[in-house]
Amino acid sequence: MVGWQAGKDSFYVDEEYNGQLEHVATPSVSKKCVKCKESTAVLIIRAVDAFCRCCFKEYFIHKFRAMLGKNRIIFPGEKVLLAVSGGPASSSMLSQVKEGLSRDAPKKLRFVPGIIHIDEGGASGQSMEDRRRAVAQVESVLRSSNYPYHIVYLEQALNLPSSVLEVGSSATEKLQTGPSYKAAVDQFIQTNQNLHPDLFLENAWSHLSSLSMQEVQNGLSNPITPENTQALQRLFASVRTLTAKEDLLQTLRQHLILHTARTEGYTKVMMGDSCSRLAIKLLSNISLGRGASLAMDTGFSDSRYGDVVIVRPMRDYSSKEIAYYNRMFDVPSVFIPGLDTKAQDKASIQRLTESFVNKLQTDFPATVSTIYRTSEKLHTACPPQNTNSPTFDKCLMCACSLDTNAEEFSAFKATLISEQLSQRRGPGPGLSLGTAGAPGPPPASFTGQGQCRSSDEGQRQGCGSREPGCCLSAEMPATLDLKSLLCYSCRLTIKDMTAVDILPQYILAEAERKKRRSHMRKEISEFLLEEEDEAKTS
Amino acid sequence: MAAPIALHLEFGGGAELLFDGVKEHHVILPDQSEPWDMKQLLVWIRANLLKERPELFVQGDTVRPGILVLINDADWELMGELRYELQDQDNVVFISTLHGG
Repeated sequence: MVGWQAGKDSFYVDEEYNGQLEHVATPSVSKKCVKCKESTAVLIIRAVDAFCRCCFKEYFIHKFRAMLGKNRIIFPGEKVLLAVSGGPASSSMLSQVKEGLSRDAPKKLRFVPGIIHIDEGGASGQSMEDRRRAVAQVESVLRSSNYPYHIVYLEQALNLPSSVLEVGSSATEKLQTGPSYKAAVDQFIQTNQNLHPDLFLENAWSHLSSLSMQEVQNGLSNPITPENTQALQRLFASVRTLTAKEDLLQTLRQHLILHTARTEGYTKVMMGDSCSRLAIKLLSNISLGRGASLAMDTGFSDSRYGDVVIVRPMRDYSSKEIAYYNRMFDVPSVFIPGLDTKAQDKASIQRLTESFVNKLQTDFPATVSTIYRTSEKLHTACPPQNTNSPTFDKCLMCACSLDTNAEEFSAFKATLISEQLSQRRGPGPGLSLGTAGAPGPPPASFTGQGQCRSSDEGQRQGCGSREPGCCLSAEMPATLDLKSLLCYSCRLTIKDMTAVDILPQYILAEAERKKRRSHMRKEISEFLLEEEDEAKTS
Repeated sequence: MAAPIALHLEFGGGAELLFDGVKEHHVILPDQSEPWDMKQLLVWIRANLLKERPELFVQGDTVRPGILVLINDADWELMGELRYELQDQDNVVFISTLHGG
């Protein structure tokens, strides 16, 4: 008979006694649940803790509440958008929200949920029929929740307004600086009652149910034309590596969710990233050059967009726990193949990291939780104030702080120099590659921004009609300007594209606008008040 | 001498893509002298059920890291993993927790 204490050493004990354990590895001599110590354990989580079915369910549900309660960010009555991809983690999140909001839950959660689902089949090359079928499956899951839902297609990302890239001011920031959470909540309720008296809590539910039907009709009446799909496919086809494709997909997805949240009045967005997924994301983001925004990308709350805050309540759940819970308690989820389905391990940085972490996890079960705990310790440092106004400090595409305004002797500058040195110099003046570039200001104003970088798109051997070339000329290619507006990793993604003008119009338009603003600012900079005076007068 | 064993296999989380999209399989393992264990089952699945890309399902002796295995709705780690001996009418579920399945 073998009974061993659950504890840090038990994993190694198992290996030692392998031979002796063999004949008793049958269900009849099974472990007892570490919590209730009565029922038979059915699942091992965190490598050593064996839980029985009931205790596991309790543990799972409790973790969700605890996560929301610990980080007091969601106010009662607030509109929260749940991003449900149909996959196990987001479906689990949906079921936890349903559970938490149900009438008979003790200390029930109080916020007003809505759901968004994005059909990304256009990017991964699925047929219309497959997409329709997948969306129908997801829709039936969403409908059963009785929350209003929005089905959005990735093609719609091409038609977003450029205002989506603007960082809004935080509506709730003032509230959180109040004396306590309770006071903040009261203040929030006050404001909302004044604005939408008949939308508030008790009436919200009846309003919601009438909304559900409305949303269904909206979903059906959103046609995506084949032209849209083709434009999207062209965009993704112009990206040469799977790594950059996945990065671009992530960016477009964020923008779509943000836009929906803003137009429908949601102030929070819940994403279903699990602990395992976030650990992988942390490591792959470092490899992608997104180290500066790690805290925002993997933390519980992400407030880079100002008015809409992204929260990740599932970040404490491992993939195993989620998969098991979904199976045992019948949480429906839909598997939708994506860009990297059946891709090889080395197809992209993200896939490679995933395979690395998973393999490591089997031999060292503390891997994911160690990475997770490390990510909890990361905080965003406040960037030093410089003379630029805040709008120019954010990356155009991912809205995290620009990390490329580094000093002269930084590692970043060294990368640029070695890049220049290793590129072949082109023979003649370059072509204007961007359609969004108006015949612009004289080159002199751009000398500050970059030396003649013969890197970037000018060097592509892709299309025969484009000559490789040097860049600084009167017809400034939009590519150069785009680069100065992007953070390091977004630059890398853009670099992998064969042509920048295929980017969605809203990105190019916003880039143009920022470029003009920046130029204007430089022109009037001598007339601007100094920073200290500005602070006094504002 | 072991009698043929009837099993109910399920694949989820994207793993079904490797089996022509079929999620549920009722199989009967043939007679053999030693009892069937999970390790042999994996070999059998690879030889008879897997339609493509075996490296996405099986790695070496065991399943690919990231694929969760449940035997009669219990974690296979509690049952001895590969050493578990299959019984008639057992239910084995393979759920992929990987991003693309």
